[in-house]
Amino acid sequence: MITLFGNNEPPPSLLERLKKSVGKTRSEIAARVEGIFAGDRRLDAEQLRRLENALLAADVGVRTTKEMLEVVRQAADQEPLHDTGHLRAALKRQLLGILSAVPAKSNGASADVRPRVIFVVGVNGTGKTTTIGKLAHRLHEGGSTVMLCAGDTFRAAAIEQLAVWAGRTGSELIKQKPGADPAAVVYDGLAAAPARDVDVVIVDTAGRLHTKSNLMQELEKMKRTAAKLVPGAPHDVLLVLDATTGQNGLSQAREFTATAGVTGIVLTKLDGTARGGIVIPIVRELGLPVSFVGTGETVDDLVPFDAQTFVNSLFD
Amino acid sequence: MFENLTEKFQRVFKNLRGQGKLTEEHLDAALGGIREALLDGDVNVDVADELLARIRAKALGSEVLLQLSPDQQVLKIVRDELLELLGKHAKPVFAARPPSVWLIVGLQGSGKTTTTGKLGKWLTQGHRPLVVSTDVYRPAAREQLAQVAKAVGVSCWPGAGTDKPLEIAKGAIREAKLSASDVILVDTAGRLHIDDELMAELGNLKRELQPSEILFIADAMVGQDAVHSAGDFHRRLGLTGVILTKLDGDARGGAALSIGRVTGAPVKFVGVGEKYDALEAFYPERIVSRVLGMGDMLTLIERAEQAIDQKKAAELERKLRHSEFTLADFGDQLKQVRKMGPLEQVLGMLPKVGPFANLPRDAQVDESRLKHVEAIINSMTAAEREDHDLIDGKRRKRIARGSGTSVQEVNQVLKQYMQMRKMMKQYGALAAQGRLRGLNKVRGALQQMRQGEEATEE
Repeated sequence: MITLFGNNEPPPSLLERLKKSVGKTRSEIAARVEGIFAGDRRLDAEQLRRLENALLAADVGVRTTKEMLEVVRQAADQEPLHDTGHLRAALKRQLLGILSAVPAKSNGASADVRPRVIFVVGVNGTGKTTTIGKLAHRLHEGGSTVMLCAGDTFRAAAIEQLAVWAGRTGSELIKQKPGADPAAVVYDGLAAAPARDVDVVIVDTAGRLHTKSNLMQELEKMKRTAAKLVPGAPHDVLLVLDATTGQNGLSQAREFTATAGVTGIVLTKLDGTARGGIVIPIVRELGLPVSFVGTGETVDDLVPFDAQTFVNSLFD
Repeated sequence: MFENLTEKFQRVFKNLRGQGKLTEEHLDAALGGIREALLDGDVNVDVADELLARIRAKALGSEVLLQLSPDQQVLKIVRDELLELLGKHAKPVFAARPPSVWLIVGLQGSGKTTTTGKLGKWLTQGHRPLVVSTDVYRPAAREQLAQVAKAVGVSCWPGAGTDKPLEIAKGAIREAKLSASDVILVDTAGRLHIDDELMAELGNLKRELQPSEILFIADAMVGQDAVHSAGDFHRRLGLTGVILTKLDGDARGGAALSIGRVTGAPVKFVGVGEKYDALEAFYPERIVSRVLGMGDMLTLIERAEQAIDQKKAAELERKLRHSEFTLADFGDQLKQVRKMGPLEQVLGMLPKVGPFANLPRDAQVDESRLKHVEAIINSMTAAEREDHDLIDGKRRKRIARGSGTSVQEVNQVLKQYMQMRKMMKQYGALAAQGRLRGLNKVRGALQQMRQGEEATEE
């Protein structure tokens, strides 16, 4: 039984970790929002403008920000805001509503399918290989045996990088030479999986811009190959999204979902000052759940996304 | 990049157009639209607001210029302000006494190692570069640079035997002196701007190596946070230049403006593909003209000049003027256009005005279809190519067979040819009547910019 997306992550250390990482980033939003409530309690144009800027500065985007503010404005019309808590609570409710409306999902695969096949995709430089290392570690800790499949045959030394992670996490590694057909690597990996008796196969893929149709087709071919060997594979397709990404993130999520059937998002580099607000329009418009959050460079720095913590960290 | 920004600007200015006088009300409506466009394009919200305040003040305070309509006047101010943020076109700097050291810095995943490879390749024309990786943290990072260097044919200092970035870099400098290399590209580990320890390491590298360039590698897809990361790197290191990567995607790249605002450092190159020669010089004028709907005409002209036979071009122009544009010319033109690079890139560079206004921008151009068109034209006789009226049903069947296509496809090509011929005729007529004053103005402006660029290059 492999739970990839379990909500049963009670240890406060994880919450603390997430909170700490998001906390750094929240200070600016919090400061701006506090500023709004500090003075006059009426919802005047200047207050709204400051609130708008706070959301925009978090990469939430013009459209989503406007629509969220509209709801707040309507709420204010109905009942005058008596204290700072009202507006904040209204905003929190909205954010939480958006983020928790989408349940974790995979391609309808049951939890005990074996081997479970996970594709990790994304544009260049978002942290796919590092995320795979952390994910392998996580699965390993949970008692699963893992195989890493070096599907990035394009970037220089990508295979070596994955090999280091395989060594660190005690995972099996299937690789071919640089320049090999990535679909062939997938084939090798999945063909070898039963003999090596692994629970999970994680397939690394080369970073590709979502606008390059030939590279996106290559991803489709890898998927088809996987499905031929393991019915229903890939069971999970994780899109790795850099938290510093701006409005282009929506376009990335859209294209990768259309071609690769993304089932969840891993939001990386949240330990910087970027807030990753772009996931809000992504979750809202594409119905994709955020599965994990990357918060650093060590193997432990991958935690399941928790909407409540995320939203609380932004406003508390 | 900036595609959507461009469209928004055009919508905004369409509303301003036709106004005899610029009122405050009109201006504010236009500025609201510009703000949205800038934010959608990932320009930082504070940078955008500051920019808008300046544009507003200038637009209201400016004297009414008789030769410009209100929309043109605002356009000019917006253009000037954006240019101001991006800085002047700047060339890379070499040390007075070689070897020069260029320090390559940035966040994780921005493209430092790939860009180092591209710079190395670019430098081989006239220099002897040596590359070295001081990334002792990320698995296989040094191996990656070694492989990249091999691929582009540049020497790489392995720095074996030590895992101290400064020692590795110093070893490279000794090696450069021995091997008469004149530029050392020091690739560094990706790091967060708030990582005090690693930022101090960069500061130390700077002090010890005295680089002539400290280049910040920035992902064109980055959002609002660009002001923080670039700002912190600049405060700690004093950046001398920026390289914007992954511009071949559909990111609008407004981060270039944010970074320009907080660092004042010019963008020296842009990365436009995964191949190692996909590194281009950055011209702020071009990006701004692209933002403002003039398209990236200058890049296009430059590519066209490289790809297109000048004599043939002159002949084509003469034919256009006299409406003698034949199928043979059509075929020639297709061939030359294909030489200019992927059509999607070429289309993206055209301005969204005049005859290009309604071109589908996001359409994926099917290059294989172009091959079919070429095959069809090649299957015609010389006489048919000179006079399309000759091509009757029977001949169409023959052409289809000869080119391995269908009669429908042949018909389509003929139809496209007729449309193009018609469009060109109209263009010629309009120009003759002087109704394209606006277009001529753009052309004049482009020429001026071009001369400006040439002057700075010399």
